[in-house]
Amino acid sequence: MIERPDSVELAESAGAWKSAYVHIPFCDRVCPYCDFAVVEGRDDTIGRYLGALLSEIDHQPPCPGLDAVFFGGGTPSKFAPASIVAIIERLRRRFGLEPGVEISLEANPEDITPEWAASLVEGGVDRVSLGVQSLDREVLQRLGRRHSPEQALASVSTLRRAGMRSVSVDLIFGTPGESIESWSGTVAGTLESGIDHLSTYALTVEPPTALGRAVRAGAAAPDPDDQADKWELAAEMAHEAGLIRYEVSNHARPGHACRYNLSVWGMGEYLAIGLGAHGFRDGVRTRNVRRLDTYLERVESGIGAVQGSDIVEGWAAELERLMLGTRRAAGVRLGPGGERLVGSPGGQRLIEAGVVVIHGDRLVVARPLLTDAVVRTILSLEEE
Amino acid sequence: MSVTDPSRIRNFSIIAHIDHGKSTLADRLLERTGAISERDMREQVLDTMDIERERGITIKANNVRLKYRTADGAEYALNLIDTPGHVDFSYEVSRSLAACEGALLLADAAQGVQAQTLANAYMAIEAGLEVIPALNKIDLPAAEPERVAGELVGILGGDPDEVLRLSAKTGEGVEALFARLIRDVPPPQGDPNAPLRALVFDSYFDAYRGVVCYVRVKDGRMSAGERLRFMATGEEHNANEVGFLTPRAVPVSVMGPGEVGYLITGVKEIDRIKVGDTITSASHPATVPLPGYDEPKPMVFSGLFPTDGDDFERLREALDKLRLNDASLQYEPESSRALGFGFRCGFLGLLHMEIVRERLEREYNLDLVATAPSVAYRVVLPDGSMVEIHSPQDLPNPGDLAEVQEPFLRVMIIAPSEYIGSIMELVTNARGEMVNMTYLSPERVELIYQIPLAEVVFGFFDNLKSRTRGYGSLDYEVSGYRKSDLVKVDILLNAVPVDAFSAVVHRDKAYEYGKKLVEKLRELIPRQLFDVPIQAAIGARIIARETVRARRKDVLAKCYGGDITRKKKLLEKQKEGKKRMKLVGSVEVPPEAFVAALKVDD
Repeated sequence: MIERPDSVELAESAGAWKSAYVHIPFCDRVCPYCDFAVVEGRDDTIGRYLGALLSEIDHQPPCPGLDAVFFGGGTPSKFAPASIVAIIERLRRRFGLEPGVEISLEANPEDITPEWAASLVEGGVDRVSLGVQSLDREVLQRLGRRHSPEQALASVSTLRRAGMRSVSVDLIFGTPGESIESWSGTVAGTLESGIDHLSTYALTVEPPTALGRAVRAGAAAPDPDDQADKWELAAEMAHEAGLIRYEVSNHARPGHACRYNLSVWGMGEYLAIGLGAHGFRDGVRTRNVRRLDTYLERVESGIGAVQGSDIVEGWAAELERLMLGTRRAAGVRLGPGGERLVGSPGGQRLIEAGVVVIHGDRLVVARPLLTDAVVRTILSLEEE
Repeated sequence: MSVTDPSRIRNFSIIAHIDHGKSTLADRLLERTGAISERDMREQVLDTMDIERERGITIKANNVRLKYRTADGAEYALNLIDTPGHVDFSYEVSRSLAACEGALLLADAAQGVQAQTLANAYMAIEAGLEVIPALNKIDLPAAEPERVAGELVGILGGDPDEVLRLSAKTGEGVEALFARLIRDVPPPQGDPNAPLRALVFDSYFDAYRGVVCYVRVKDGRMSAGERLRFMATGEEHNANEVGFLTPRAVPVSVMGPGEVGYLITGVKEIDRIKVGDTITSASHPATVPLPGYDEPKPMVFSGLFPTDGDDFERLREALDKLRLNDASLQYEPESSRALGFGFRCGFLGLLHMEIVRERLEREYNLDLVATAPSVAYRVVLPDGSMVEIHSPQDLPNPGDLAEVQEPFLRVMIIAPSEYIGSIMELVTNARGEMVNMTYLSPERVELIYQIPLAEVVFGFFDNLKSRTRGYGSLDYEVSGYRKSDLVKVDILLNAVPVDAFSAVVHRDKAYEYGKKLVEKLRELIPRQLFDVPIQAAIGARIIARETVRARRKDVLAKCYGGDITRKKKLLEKQKEGKKRMKLVGSVEVPPEAFVAALKVDD
């Protein structure tokens, strides 16, 4: 049976999956809006970094077989396919990979060649998420992206021809200067290229980025109303193209929901491997160091990369379950926190305003663009 | 211990316009007399409250006994009684002056005579004090000592050469000042053998000692351990401790005529000590009390409400404590449909209001919502009776009243004559009428107006400052009530009237006021989950309308494994911000919105 991306069964079963997140921080150029753990001009350390990743895998506590592996960045496509395959093999040896495991990798369109794609498919990667962002040359330039719209579309075909099981595209909307027509063209062109999965992200101004500094200095910031218009437009177009929205920013054909992300939103456990990576196991969220040299030194000297951790248990875990679950179209099981929300004045106001809907034992955010208003109310709930 | 010979005592105040350097001069006097070593010298020792030091103004009168030895070896006790410089606190100046025989009238040698210089000088003269004129800041390049000395002599009479020339900053002229104080301030007169009469000219609440009274002995002696009677309240208390402030508290066994110091009785309850009361001996009481003071009358009223309704009792306790040091603060419980339970508070002026609010928040850790300030209106009812209202929401409907009267001020403005046109325009906008205009010199003019207090409350002083490039100064006194054509403007949020936003406005200005206020509220009220109409109305008639459009996007684009902790922290921080909001009906309103009326002219 092919699963609908927004099905309740899928959302609920994902919580039992185990995943691994592998971070590859290297970029040719850091995008002005990006605040992830990334480095530019440090390609000299790629070899050492690969060694550190393998060593981290070796030093992880035991874990049952993995249901999903996610290579994020940074730019994972900067790694040679052989290196990616080596990491997959190490994960397989250390933990085992479950039948139907999803192995996903983020890539820049300009890095995709037929040979590269073929090697990855051969090595077990079955899902690629392309950082296309826009099909408007001007918008691409504003976002500091180096590929052309043509390259972006060509990379989708290359992956298809190589037999990649699932192809996803990331788009960014609401860049100042982007017209509604430009956005509409980007979404249409992307959907026509024959993808399985679409992520549409509102451009977000993070303070410690070049964009954040520019906005503080007076540059135009994204307009939330414009972004709301564009979000609605994309959701409608994706729907018409047969993609089902299953989270605030994610749409997929049946059978193509990202399993790694489903697992995270369902409070599933995931291992953290690499610079700045976060993990969640046994009720503890861990975070790795974010500075590359520190990371390398610590892993190489056997200290380990974990910089800090937070225990998530009891009421805090319940609120976190709701916080993550409300982002899904399938909603979240009410549970003690949901019941409390429904009984609170803040929760009643959300229900009256049609933001929150209760379907049986599930809480669903009917106006996904207001999800954070719901989450803030959830986080202010106190245990009885 | 014997008491000080009154001929060796000098009691004086320094009176000045704000920022003319009074506190700095006080510091210099303390330093020169060794009352405080340079090592201990904090800037402006007499300003003991943090807010005073931050704002550079003196709020509470304070006193200090300085020991001064002349060149020929004679030792004098100089009691310096500090006074506040802001017009809001002029009644405290009069209290301080009642404890003195002399006043040093200080004027900035660059800025010259200002409105409060004049007002304070007249107050000192009326109180029968010897006034010694002095110029401060003679070290400034812009100082014009000859011109300003001429202005001072114009007020007080005398010889311009007799005007002291000081620099509190460098200390220049301070020795000459000591000599003049000893020569010109009359030593206190008082009968050492008469029954005790001592004036309570201020009080202060100390968490460990209870109420500390600042007292000036006029006749007789006040001894530690003695049973005292407070003539106005009729209460009797023991003098647990009497002493001087040097500025450290130094207990003594007895205080004689002319001496100034403190008294601790062990009284802890607010309101049991009345500033202005006369203390006498319980065993040999005097029959006639000393002249008291007029009770200061609040001019400006505002509702103070705790953001968290559970803090109501804490707010009451905090106000009770503040009132101990501030007899002018008045309050009574008030309930608002929008804001819940709080207090309607009366203040001497806007600065007083701001200071009280800041102290409540800072020293008592309260989170408050304040409503826009208002004045006390008098309403004549159809049957001819009169009621005073302190809150706009209490104004009856037009059909239920005969007339409304509002308080007017007699406002004195001193400014360079080139600004007359601009000042007149300002005053006209404020519904003022000119009473008199006098040229103090060819370049400087004194203007007297009658202006409704309500207009002065809303940024008049700031406007005057900006229109005169800072050269205009102002002083005022209440001149009585007059009939005015006033209406109540109500604000409706989401079609529901919000009492805390109501204001009494002159009919000619109501439309513009309503329009500006709803525009301001539209800026201040954040977007909600639904459209929020904001309307201004006079009675049932809507005079202005704006809409806060519903929030459409309130979600972070990404929430993946690496973002969860960070996202949660971010949302928790935003949640704290939301807590500040007052829920009015179903609309979240930030506390700033309740004083938006203050900003309608921005």
